Amino acid sequence: MINSLFLINPSGEIFLEKHWKSVVSRSVCDYFLEAKEKALEPEDVPPVIHTPHHYLISIYRDKLFFLSVIQTEVPPLFVIEFLHRVAEMIQDYFGECSETVVKDHMVMVYELLEEMLDNGFPLATESNVLKEMIRPPTILRSVVNTLTGTSNVGDTLLTGQLSTIPWRRAGVRYTNNEAYFDVVEEIDAILDQSGTTVFAEIQGVVEACVKLSGMPDLTLSFMNPRLLDDVSFHPCVRYKLWESERVLSFIPPDGNFTLMTYHVNAQNLVAIPVYVKQSISFFECGSDGRLDVTVGPKQTMGKTVEGVMVTVHLPKTILSINLTATQGSYTYDNGTKVTTLWDIGKLNPQKLPNLRGSLSLQAGAPKPEENPSLNIDLKIQQLAISGLKVNRLDMFGEKYKPFKGVKYITKAGKFQVRT
Amino acid sequence: MEWANQLCENRQFGSKMTDSKYFTTTKKGEIFELKAELNSDKKEKKKEAVKKVIASMTVGKDVSALFPDVVNCMQTDNLELKKLVYLYLMNYAKSQPDMAIMAVNTFVKDCEDANPLIRALAVRTMGCIRVDKITEYLCEPLRKCLKDEDPYVRKTAAVCVAKLHDINAQLVEDQGFLDTLKDLISDSNPMVVANAVAALSEIAESHPNSNLLDLNPQSINKLLTALNECTEWGQIFILDCLANYTPRDDRESQSICERVTPRLSHANSAVVLSAVKVLMKFMEMLPKDLDYYSTLLKKLAPPLVTLLSAEPELQYVALRNINLIVQKRPEILKHEMKVFFVKYNDPIYVKLEKLDIMIRLASQANIAQVLAELKEYATEVDVDFVRKAVRAIGRCAIKVEQSAERCVSTLLDLIQTKVNYVVQEAIVVIKDIFRKYPNKYESVIATLCENLDSLDEPEARAAMIWIVGEYAERIDNADELLESFLEGFHDESTQVQLQLLTAIVKLFLKKPTETQELVQQVLSLATQDSDNPDLRDRGYIYWRLLSTDPVAAKEVVLAEKPLISEETDLIEPTLLEELICHIGTLASVYHKPPSAFVEGSRGVMHKRLPARTGSGESTESPDVGTAAGGSAPEAAPSIIPSQGDLLGDLLNLDMAPPTTSGPPPPTTGMQMGGMDLLGGGLDSLMGDESEPLGGDIGGSPAMGAGFGAAPAVMPASLNAPVGGGLGDLFDLGGVGMPMGAYIPPKIVWLPAMKAKGLEISGTFARRAGVIQMELILTNKAMSVMTDFAIQFNRNSFGLAPAGPLQVLTPLGPNQTIEVSLPLSTVGPVMKMDPLNNLQVAVKNNIDVFYFSCQYPISMLFVEDGKMERQVFLATWKDIPNDNESQFQIKDCHLNSDAASSKLQGSNIFTIAKRTVEGQDMLYMSIKLSNGIWVLAELRVQAGNSNYTISLKCRAPEVSQCVFQCYEAVLKN
Repeated sequence: MINSLFLINPSGEIFLEKHWKSVVSRSVCDYFLEAKEKALEPEDVPPVIHTPHHYLISIYRDKLFFLSVIQTEVPPLFVIEFLHRVAEMIQDYFGECSETVVKDHMVMVYELLEEMLDNGFPLATESNVLKEMIRPPTILRSVVNTLTGTSNVGDTLLTGQLSTIPWRRAGVRYTNNEAYFDVVEEIDAILDQSGTTVFAEIQGVVEACVKLSGMPDLTLSFMNPRLLDDVSFHPCVRYKLWESERVLSFIPPDGNFTLMTYHVNAQNLVAIPVYVKQSISFFECGSDGRLDVTVGPKQTMGKTVEGVMVTVHLPKTILSINLTATQGSYTYDNGTKVTTLWDIGKLNPQKLPNLRGSLSLQAGAPKPEENPSLNIDLKIQQLAISGLKVNRLDMFGEKYKPFKGVKYITKAGKFQVRT
Repeated sequence: MEWANQLCENRQFGSKMTDSKYFTTTKKGEIFELKAELNSDKKEKKKEAVKKVIASMTVGKDVSALFPDVVNCMQTDNLELKKLVYLYLMNYAKSQPDMAIMAVNTFVKDCEDANPLIRALAVRTMGCIRVDKITEYLCEPLRKCLKDEDPYVRKTAAVCVAKLHDINAQLVEDQGFLDTLKDLISDSNPMVVANAVAALSEIAESHPNSNLLDLNPQSINKLLTALNECTEWGQIFILDCLANYTPRDDRESQSICERVTPRLSHANSAVVLSAVKVLMKFMEMLPKDLDYYSTLLKKLAPPLVTLLSAEPELQYVALRNINLIVQKRPEILKHEMKVFFVKYNDPIYVKLEKLDIMIRLASQANIAQVLAELKEYATEVDVDFVRKAVRAIGRCAIKVEQSAERCVSTLLDLIQTKVNYVVQEAIVVIKDIFRKYPNKYESVIATLCENLDSLDEPEARAAMIWIVGEYAERIDNADELLESFLEGFHDESTQVQLQLLTAIVKLFLKKPTETQELVQQVLSLATQDSDNPDLRDRGYIYWRLLSTDPVAAKEVVLAEKPLISEETDLIEPTLLEELICHIGTLASVYHKPPSAFVEGSRGVMHKRLPARTGSGESTESPDVGTAAGGSAPEAAPSIIPSQGDLLGDLLNLDMAPPTTSGPPPPTTGMQMGGMDLLGGGLDSLMGDESEPLGGDIGGSPAMGAGFGAAPAVMPASLNAPVGGGLGDLFDLGGVGMPMGAYIPPKIVWLPAMKAKGLEISGTFARRAGVIQMELILTNKAMSVMTDFAIQFNRNSFGLAPAGPLQVLTPLGPNQTIEVSLPLSTVGPVMKMDPLNNLQVAVKNNIDVFYFSCQYPISMLFVEDGKMERQVFLATWKDIPNDNESQFQIKDCHLNSDAASSKLQGSNIFTIAKRTVEGQDMLYMSIKLSNGIWVLAELRVQAGNSNYTISLKCRAPEVSQCVFQCYEAVLKN
């Protein structure tokens, strides 16, 4: 099972280590740091590294490396999933996951890690359970603790940990009972030069924020559940009922959680909300090129496309650019990767935004070999692009009348335009 | 959840009470200060002090000096303080074992606490203190906790057994904890079951044969029930455990599959992949015509696709596993090609994996899409990725014949880009395409020749030279082109040198008039000026061949080449089966069996997919059964890529299809034994033939000796017949037993007591193709013995004396005589038990005596037992799987080459060898004197002295005897 965890910052400094079995010297990280040196980008460090005596499984998240050391055969996905849980836990407790935050709450992070694994076996990874055992820091609590000398550590055994619904604690009370659901869809797509869809799919997620007293039993139904190609559920969802009736029946965890994720990959079903007209060319001789990009709305179902951003990945040999945007502003980054980020904002169908201008290459550099690539970011409020719609939400088991709400949003995921 | 997030932020960012305050400067007096604070009377101050200590510890500072002071704080009602002290203890107890004892009392007391949380915490922490002395005290509390009324305590205690086992395995066994742990599998609480399974699995890893997880239908049922109710992590443990079970029949298999399928919809990808493993394994047992079988196949695709939209690290592991699944059951994902399209932002490790799977899924139906993508990738930034994409285009051409033309034109387009590494990769793959489709795309040669000068990588240069040599007759200036390479001959890598040598010889055979000078030049460069034995040997062979018999040379060098196989990098079927059983594990990421790399896995059990067995009532046609169970033969054609027999070697020794590893195996193709020399089996010749040829010279003794005087004469008399040398060389290899067949030591067959003073001992041997019974007759009686005669009873292989027993002189008292009796195999046949039993009657002037002895079956292995590869493949496929038997040969320390040459001495012929992930697979054939063929696969793992051998034969009863021979031969 999982032996040790090291948190490493992008410059290769280890700033936290935790061992659940015998102590493994931090020199084991040298193998990882070596691989990191070799990789062009931090994202490119291979997630599984074999050293003479250990395996190093790592994730790169929030600009930090979470590196675990294992000694025996363990499912790598198990380890990777767990590492993501650690990152989520930090985010959940302290509002963000960063080196500073971890350093600020070193002891608490350490205590939490101790609760999450025992001998490398997961112990408590549900946020609800953890928060009962080690309470998250708040101003009020800190003040109270200092005054009264009480601690952040719960001292009674949680009922939830042993019940068949480990995700919910007993005795939840709210004055305002409310349940909100966000249907968030991301479009992953590759469009080719001519704008034809090479590949497109929708990754959807239903995020819930449920603040209901007692033990509510909810049933959520969709107008068109057969749209979904593959679903994965929070453990609270009763799978049998989904199989037979295509409804989500569950006793919800308290607070925020991901109810389900789904996948729509029938290509003809995926509407592409924008089109991009682009031309990036370099002159055969001389060290110059031109760039001309226009973005326009396509299948938007009558909604406004907002938050449009275009990232142009340019060849490394580019020295400088001189562009004009008819709308929004652009920034130019000449680091390890040369990119231009064009922040457009809201898309106006009457006046299409355009970015054009000249690119100059380093003197004497040959015509770039690779084709630049564009990534699009966008947001559409009140629309699930797959057409998924929530039908109704019913509550059983409790008498009060909860306040219910559903919100839809569509975003661009890995949305790429080739040139 | 934007509004909620904001709420959280507002709430949390006001807090300035952070732990950073514990990191004050590292002044010298810090430890003393802390010490004082730890001993403070104020609770709050104590706690703060412990926190400071812990904070120092987490960043790797040594605060072990405070051990006694911290332990003193342990006796407290404050749970947080207690936990903090425990954290400290776990870290430092090992370095201060004597002090750690001080804590024992508190632990023991806490294990009796009324609060289950405290009880569990105590037993949990105690298990983490890896000090022998403490473990003694741990046993009693642990025993109680394992039977605690509170499931939380029980589940914690279950894990504690695993911890204790890690520290002191013997103690755990002696105390009977393992049995208690096994009992917990039937616990009423699913979390306890899950933890017990996890603990047992971890313990079982260090005891591979202990049957700790003895699964039976009842316990399986319990696990399946717990599966629905336990946490996600527990589900992983339970699923991984289920995967080790082999259901009794297809019904049980189906019912397990039905109960596992819902796990495919779990949010945790590790649960999904573990479920996939169980399903992939148990599916093997389902009849293919079952409706449920196809339903299950359909259900597997969507979750696998979904895994690809997860974080890149998860994608990577998923892709490595999908790579296996696609090889095993391509039908699952055949329509999902597009999800493997590479995205710009994918990390490089994901890109490369996706590309690999795309090629595996490429078929006529989707080839257009795939090619368009590959062409796109060839203009990406990352050089490694671009190279792989270009190679992929070549692989597509070879795999999908209909697309070959389009692939070639795509490659030509890419060559036009003049990007150096793209051009080189393209030329390497075009060479393979030429081999696959001879005489079809030669029109592109001109374009290739234009790029000759830009090639600087050996592989590309060698490929180009091969093309020039192969198509010399169509390239007008072939001689000039090759000559230009010759100038820097000695600076080239071996690969290029060898290729250049062959190409020029080809050129000479095609255009003898203009190129005589060139060929002499290259031959002398190769034989006289080179230190490389491979190059020299090949040079000499050509030389001899050309000078002895140019017609034969033409036949050999310009012979039609065997086709290259379509898929060159498929995983060995047996290994694939094993890896399928390990889906989701590290083994599946590395595509190596766990035994190959997991440290400390003391003899991992090899897992195999279950064979299909029908339940009692189900009647299915026998061929369905074989088809489902016999996955190995199904995929058999890919075992041995069709390359590398003698002709292939001469022409293409270094031009094997890109991914095949290991030296090309020796083969039958021709009657000349000398081929081994070329094919890589050099050692078999070296070992025993250097003697007749006289002397060990450099790397190629046989050649060196055989041609002692040749080089001086040769250039002048290229066409003059040169006698002897080569012929000898080739003949010698053909002689029966270069290595000396295995001969068992002589044993006493007939003791003097039983035969009125005649003692017979003996053995069997096969010498020069003749089976000999070698006898020692000793007269221990007082009188002279005469008139010896011998007769055999009918026996399994019809062994009979081929002549009379040659004891011509009378045998006096205390005299001994050695005789050898040639045997024939044409006598009357009767099946004996054991098969190799032989009943013998010996007569002399005194009486007739009977005895029985067993001959090693290797006596019956004939010299022409080397099967053609194609025949081998077909036969292997043809023999039903039931006839396969597997054996282990223990403690054998030979490497595969040595083993192979040793076996060859006993007429066990290696037909092919492949090396997969450090494991050598030798494919061998044996022919018995009565015409029975035995096919064998021998697996040799570097660093592992246990061999695995699988034997297939139409008469499976001989397998046992054959195995004994293997064992005997390899160990002697």
